[in-house]
Amino acid sequence: MALIKKETVRKRMGRRIAANSTAKGIFIAATMFALVVLAVLLYRIGSEGMEYLSLEFITNFASRMPERAGIWAALIGTLWVMAVTAPVSFILGVGTAIYLEEYAKKNAFTRFIQINISNLAGVPSIVFGLLGLTIFVRLLELQRSVLAGGLTMALLILPVIVVASQEALRTVPRDLREASYGMGATKWQTIRRIVFPAALPGILTGTILALSRAIGETAPLLVVGALAYVAFVPENLFSQFTVLPIQLYNWTSRPQEDFHMLAASGIIVLLIILLIMNSIAVYIRNKFHKRF
Amino acid sequence: MMEVTINHKNVKKENVKKENVQDAPAAFKVNNLNLWYGQDHALKDIKFDIPEKQVTAIIGPSGCGKSTFIKTLNRMVEMVPIVRMSGEIIYRDRNIFDSKYSVEELRTQVGMVFQKPNPFPKSIYENIAYGPKIHGIKNKKVLDEVVEKSLRGAAIWDEVKDRLHENAFGLSGGQQQRICIARCLAIEPDVILMDEPTSALDPISTLKVEELVQELKKEYSIVIVTHNMQQAARISDRTAFFLNGEVVEYTDTSTLFSNPSDKRTEDYITGRFG
Repeated sequence: MALIKKETVRKRMGRRIAANSTAKGIFIAATMFALVVLAVLLYRIGSEGMEYLSLEFITNFASRMPERAGIWAALIGTLWVMAVTAPVSFILGVGTAIYLEEYAKKNAFTRFIQINISNLAGVPSIVFGLLGLTIFVRLLELQRSVLAGGLTMALLILPVIVVASQEALRTVPRDLREASYGMGATKWQTIRRIVFPAALPGILTGTILALSRAIGETAPLLVVGALAYVAFVPENLFSQFTVLPIQLYNWTSRPQEDFHMLAASGIIVLLIILLIMNSIAVYIRNKFHKRF
Repeated sequence: MMEVTINHKNVKKENVKKENVQDAPAAFKVNNLNLWYGQDHALKDIKFDIPEKQVTAIIGPSGCGKSTFIKTLNRMVEMVPIVRMSGEIIYRDRNIFDSKYSVEELRTQVGMVFQKPNPFPKSIYENIAYGPKIHGIKNKKVLDEVVEKSLRGAAIWDEVKDRLHENAFGLSGGQQQRICIARCLAIEPDVILMDEPTSALDPISTLKVEELVQELKKEYSIVIVTHNMQQAARISDRTAFFLNGEVVEYTDTSTLFSNPSDKRTEDYITGRFG
């Protein structure tokens, strides 16, 4: 006496297989949607932006005349801001991650810090802009400088770098730490020679992705006081500056059609920079990927 | 003052426990060792001596505390945050739990080989040179010599001498484990603790490690935890049988396997449980 009726099983078979195909279809559709949007975006930018894209576009300063306008000031401004943001956020972020993962006792207090860092990663960037305005621009009197902008950006991406670095440190197998401690290595030696090198690819990938996000941010720098129209490049950390996304924002908000096309050209430059950064991240991940 | 008292205690203990007195001097003297993981009483009143330059095997069923015990000897067990201990382990006339005795110093003298081969993701050379380097040896010539001597000591020199600068992950599991043994030898320890060193290896690699242990005991005191009773019988001089965190029986390997005095030991080695 079989408990399962063969007939029922056979009847259900068709529906199960149909549901299987439907599920696959839904997921493909979800992916296609994103791909189509991206393709449309790229096509629009490409068709609008190619006209003004030239070497002069990159090396000229902004101008009232579209045919003479360029993004040199914004490009160099972006590089200056990143030159502040990258080392500051890397050192502070990785330091925090190492403390939390390797040194801190797992108690209520560290859990509290942990939750707050994760939450900070989701705070809108404009809030970081206001923070930067209060602390760096006003309190520390850095004015509307590259330094103030770079530090604000560092704050913005710090939580992301901390979380990514913690993940990377956590993937280092316990075996390796034990092997090192088992030979009489101190905690610092173990971290410096074993744990950190093994986690470095993950840490660098996370850092570069966070920096890519910072490159595209506008809001915090607008609040901190980056300029919209600049005909000079920063000379030092206390110079005034503008960055690519602000220049693009400025162009798109003008009525003349030509400036919209300039913005599209600028977007192409920005996308190329992002593409290069992400390629570096992928390269690092593959090159230093260690088998455990 | 403290150390003198401890020594007296040991002398007394040896007199009382006549059957435990060995020809070889003791590398470790373990007295009244208790260990808890949270509420779980994992080691209960462990008391025994581990002889120098011999192989001491520890056998017992899973969860009997044998791995916990061997990790107590180099204080690796303290990496578990909830662990608590009482009692003393005397190594070279000093209690290893003494606050003045740093774990780094202890582990330089008491090396360890782990269950799963765990080479670093570095070259073979860098794996072996790691120990000397962390202890401050920078001279390239000295390092070269240490690397060769250690690899020879672990009977793997001939297999790897032409590819010292390749990643150790490229080696087979058995070779990796001998690299780990060589890495342990490179810090020139007195004692080598082995926590089921062959459980992840194939029979041929296991045989090689076992032969190596026989070689190594000429110069090192070896404590080996094993799941494999035949292995204990083959390679050890003394065997301890652990059950539920207690030492049930500890004596010459041949006596333990041929004529166990405790019923539980007999049941275990004849395969009636465990």
